[in-house]
Amino acid sequence: MNWLDQNILTLVTFIPAAGGVLLMLAPRRDREIRWFALLVSFIAFIASLHLPAHFHRDHAGFQFEQNVPWISSPNIHYHMGMDGISMWLVVLTTFLTPLCVLISWTSIHERVKEFFILLLVLESALLGVFVALDLFLFYFFWEATLIPMALLIGMFGHGRRVYAAVKFFLYTMIASVFMLAGILWLYAKTGSFDFVVLQNQIHSGGIPDFAGASFWLFLGFFIAFAVKVPLFPFHTWLPDAHVEAPTAGSVLLAGVLLKMGTYGMLRFNLGLFPEQARANAGWIGVLALIGIVYGALVAMVQPNMKKLIAYSSISHLGFVVLGIFSFTQAGLNGAMFIMLAHGVATGGLFMLAGILYERRHTYEISEFGGLATPMPAYARFFLVVVLASVGLPLLNGFIGEFLVLSGAFQAKMWWGIVGATGVIWSACYLLWMYQRVFFGQVKHDVKNSLPDLNLREKTALWPAVVMALAMGVAPMLWLNGIDPAVKNVLSPSTEKNISLAGEGARATQALASKVVGQ
Amino acid sequence: MTENLHLWIIPLLPLAGAAINGLLGKRFSRGLVATVALTFCGAAFAMALWVVSQFSSLSTIPYVETVATWLRSGDFSVSYSFAIDQLSVVMLMVVTGVGFLIHIYSVGYMWEEGGFYRFFSYLNLFMFFMLTLVLASNYLLMFIGWEGVGLASYLLIGFFFTRDSAAAAGKKAFIVNRIGDFGFLIALFLMIQHFGSLDFAKVFDAVRPYAQETSGAGFLTAIALLLMVGACGKSAQIPLYVWLPDAMEGPTPVSALIHAATMVTAGVYMVARSHVIFERAPSAMMVVAIIGTLTAFFAATIGIAQTDIKKVLAYSTVSQLGYMFMACGVGAFSAGIFHLMTHAFFKGLLFLAAGSVIHAVGGEQDMRKMGGLWKKIPWTWFTMLMATFAIAGIPGWAGFFSKDEILWRAYQASWAYWIVGVVTAFMTSFYMFRLMFMTFAGEYRGAAGSSHGHEEHAGHGTHLGRDTAGEAPAPHAPAPHGHGHGGVHESPWVMLGPLVVLAVLSIVGGWVGIPGSLGGSNHFDKFLGPVFRSSTPAVNAEHAQAGESVPPEQTTEGEEPKTGHSTELMFTGISVAAGFLGLFLAWLLYSAKPDLPDRIADSLHALYTAVANKYWVDEMYATIFVKPLIGISTLVFWRGVDQTVIDGTLNGGAAGARELSDEVRHMQSGNLRSYAGWVAIGAACVLAYMVWVGTR
Repeated sequence: MNWLDQNILTLVTFIPAAGGVLLMLAPRRDREIRWFALLVSFIAFIASLHLPAHFHRDHAGFQFEQNVPWISSPNIHYHMGMDGISMWLVVLTTFLTPLCVLISWTSIHERVKEFFILLLVLESALLGVFVALDLFLFYFFWEATLIPMALLIGMFGHGRRVYAAVKFFLYTMIASVFMLAGILWLYAKTGSFDFVVLQNQIHSGGIPDFAGASFWLFLGFFIAFAVKVPLFPFHTWLPDAHVEAPTAGSVLLAGVLLKMGTYGMLRFNLGLFPEQARANAGWIGVLALIGIVYGALVAMVQPNMKKLIAYSSISHLGFVVLGIFSFTQAGLNGAMFIMLAHGVATGGLFMLAGILYERRHTYEISEFGGLATPMPAYARFFLVVVLASVGLPLLNGFIGEFLVLSGAFQAKMWWGIVGATGVIWSACYLLWMYQRVFFGQVKHDVKNSLPDLNLREKTALWPAVVMALAMGVAPMLWLNGIDPAVKNVLSPSTEKNISLAGEGARATQALASKVVGQ
Repeated sequence: MTENLHLWIIPLLPLAGAAINGLLGKRFSRGLVATVALTFCGAAFAMALWVVSQFSSLSTIPYVETVATWLRSGDFSVSYSFAIDQLSVVMLMVVTGVGFLIHIYSVGYMWEEGGFYRFFSYLNLFMFFMLTLVLASNYLLMFIGWEGVGLASYLLIGFFFTRDSAAAAGKKAFIVNRIGDFGFLIALFLMIQHFGSLDFAKVFDAVRPYAQETSGAGFLTAIALLLMVGACGKSAQIPLYVWLPDAMEGPTPVSALIHAATMVTAGVYMVARSHVIFERAPSAMMVVAIIGTLTAFFAATIGIAQTDIKKVLAYSTVSQLGYMFMACGVGAFSAGIFHLMTHAFFKGLLFLAAGSVIHAVGGEQDMRKMGGLWKKIPWTWFTMLMATFAIAGIPGWAGFFSKDEILWRAYQASWAYWIVGVVTAFMTSFYMFRLMFMTFAGEYRGAAGSSHGHEEHAGHGTHLGRDTAGEAPAPHAPAPHGHGHGGVHESPWVMLGPLVVLAVLSIVGGWVGIPGSLGGSNHFDKFLGPVFRSSTPAVNAEHAQAGESVPPEQTTEGEEPKTGHSTELMFTGISVAAGFLGLFLAWLLYSAKPDLPDRIADSLHALYTAVANKYWVDEMYATIFVKPLIGISTLVFWRGVDQTVIDGTLNGGAAGARELSDEVRHMQSGNLRSYAGWVAIGAACVLAYMVWVGTR
């Protein structure tokens, strides 16, 4: 392994934060700050492309690992690593951030410096969540995402921004405490925070009292993740957060932050507690189904465009959870694919909503109507993204939904049937919204003078649209990395695959047993 | 495999046309837009002709070619793979041939409309998806086309998007189709579960060993019924037909291409394609036959009382599609496909001719304001008359042979299907000749002199969007035809040409399937034989015992015993008589005694009102499904569960979300920076501690 392969995850993770630190030192020259933020986020994106380019697709275990002792007591390692599950989430994050910079170019005109610092720090924290393999490190990144996101909402949001920021912060913070308790229990029993070590010990049955505690451990992690997803009935923070958040905040919130929850379920709930996950799949699947249908129905009657998209996220993330807890290859593949597809499509929807807000300073659907006449290019971009979200074949939404539903159908027939009603609901709420916003006559004269998309906005939207199409036409480019990793999650007995990287993990294990021995 | 037909190029050609016009067409002149669209569509037609010319020399039929893997998950995979057999040949020729003709016609029809490039981009896009649907060799690829034609339909119905009714109709079509797709999807999941594949060849090979599910219903019946749900959506059958009449909001060439000749027949094609499954699910077959028969009858009754020329044709389409499903339901798949083909000719022609009429009278669609047009637009009148003869089942015309075959096969299954079918044939003939008399006979009842533009121009002068306004034709634009501004005028040749071609096809198109009883040998049925007969062996034994009324070995009429011919001729005579009775009655009511219809309507007031209002089915659906759903979602789920129960509980029961927000606002008012600062400082402390510990 060459130097780059060993350090690439650290590089990718911290390039944005380093850019943020540099910005702190920079003078308040807004124009330059914007260009700098764009440059940094773009460099991070280019750097992250190293990962899929050099990823061994037939290896199911962790790659690009880096594992050095960080703190000896408590025994914390700087353990970074990535597999087919986290790889595309990393790339999704670095892909969306430059678009967020572009979309915030003019809409953020006060405290520009703070805004971009927060954005870049947030990106680093998000990336860290997906590649950290030490539970303490993971928890650090996990909580670290809260601060910049809450500040983005609280400082740069709209009307009730502080309420939304506090609600968001408290909600997810409190839920995370349960996960922290779980992590600490595991550490107390094993002396290790290392995911690979813990997984191996759990599989070999080497942890005392684990059988009795495993349900509560599972539940602790699950609550933290379920609130983040958000799974019904823990979802009410999301619409408020979205409505008040600035556009870039919404894009990252829906595009990446929610996936922390589903990623966590896949990695930790299934990875560490596979038996508990299977035993509890019944009621979790039901909650996911409620989320799918309920989210869609509530989305349908929202008068506010951003709230509508927020509730549609609840519905879409319900598909992800359903897929994960179907415990089928198709379901898990589909869940992973929806995470990515939803990031692109819903990220695109929030960008589009933000573009409209810049022009009209409202998200109320009834304020619009007939916009396809003054803004034809905008209408076309919006249509493609809506269709991707509706799950039209050859666009990215379809692949994931199809796989998840076929997996759910294999698991429990009625899951697949109830879930499949989602294809009707999504058409209802999105096309109805589209009709009310874009079709008909222009009602107010002011809207006739609304400018269509400018070059910067098109630059931000084209990548999302092209990606939506590419993922729908050639999903194998993504799936062939995901498929082996997912298979590995489903059959945890093959533990030799998991610690493929070898030395690092073994060294950690040795160290861990020493600590326990003390 | 030595031969390589490169089938994948056929759908990609119109896709390229759609992409070029869609992305660049705004800067093109109208002539260039039309050239691009016609070139790529025509190339697809030419290539389809070439493929068909190679067809007889193929060593394996169905011929399958796989281009790439589309998606794979575990052991399950789906490829971009295309196939051609006798059934796809028929569909391919219908879609590319009729599609190309309608493209030509559209150049003339749409020339003065805004959004010219948009229209042709969508039209080419439709061709791409429709050809994908027809050439797919697995169900999921077919589903791409299936949903894709729905998209094209949505875009084209709502083409005049500034008109609220058009926008609503597009959305309605998409959503109703999605309800059907829901069934389709579940059927696919069942196939995956039982066969592990969606490949036609693999699925059908896996199904063949199964016996008929005669007692009760098994999973094959379930699959068949769910596929039928999908077909009901796409092909506008009861109870999902409601979107098709509304779809007439689209420009008339769209109605001809998508909502008459091709897309709406996709359901019939899909059922016929899945005949191996259906043949083993007799109860599902019965459902198909009953739905088809009921729809045929029910839609025809509505068609009788419509006054909008396009609405008559829309309900007629629903009704004719019902015939096709009746045929499939009684096991006469090739008869259904035969009718699908002849229907594409004559119904495509009827819509195009109706468009020509509308064009001629300045956008009027109400037949009560027409009349006496035959002298003024003789070509339109004559071609439309040929199509009317065809649909009414006048002997010798195309529709006669296909409808007659369906009715004969339906009779063999049950006399009930036959009776309803013949009554429907009578009504068909009646409402079609009613249309012809009201439109072309008697005196002109419209206001002269106001006639320019199309139906789309009427009553919404500001519909041109910015993108469309930019390309409104300059006053000196070289229109392909002098657009008359005074009085009724015949359409230009770019529109009449396709009418003439389709008129010829409406006459001779049925001659490929002349039955044995009339001295022919039904080449069409023989041609399709290999597709539909290939599944029979396993069922044969079953049939011998079960004594099914529709033995699949009788799929080819040529094998029928000669003794049946006299009976068959008698039934043919009855249905021909029904057709002529309809003609006579229409003449009596709408030409000889024009005051009679109103008196009849008065005396049968309740019935007439019900029919004229389409039995209030739309209103019923709105009351039963739409309104309660919106009400419950708003009041119970959103206001109730979300805002009151969940947020209320979380915020301490009685406090409620509002009070919390106020409280927070008081606490934080003006203190935003300090709040943000505290959080940042806290984070910094944690970080500092960790670094300190780490370096210790």
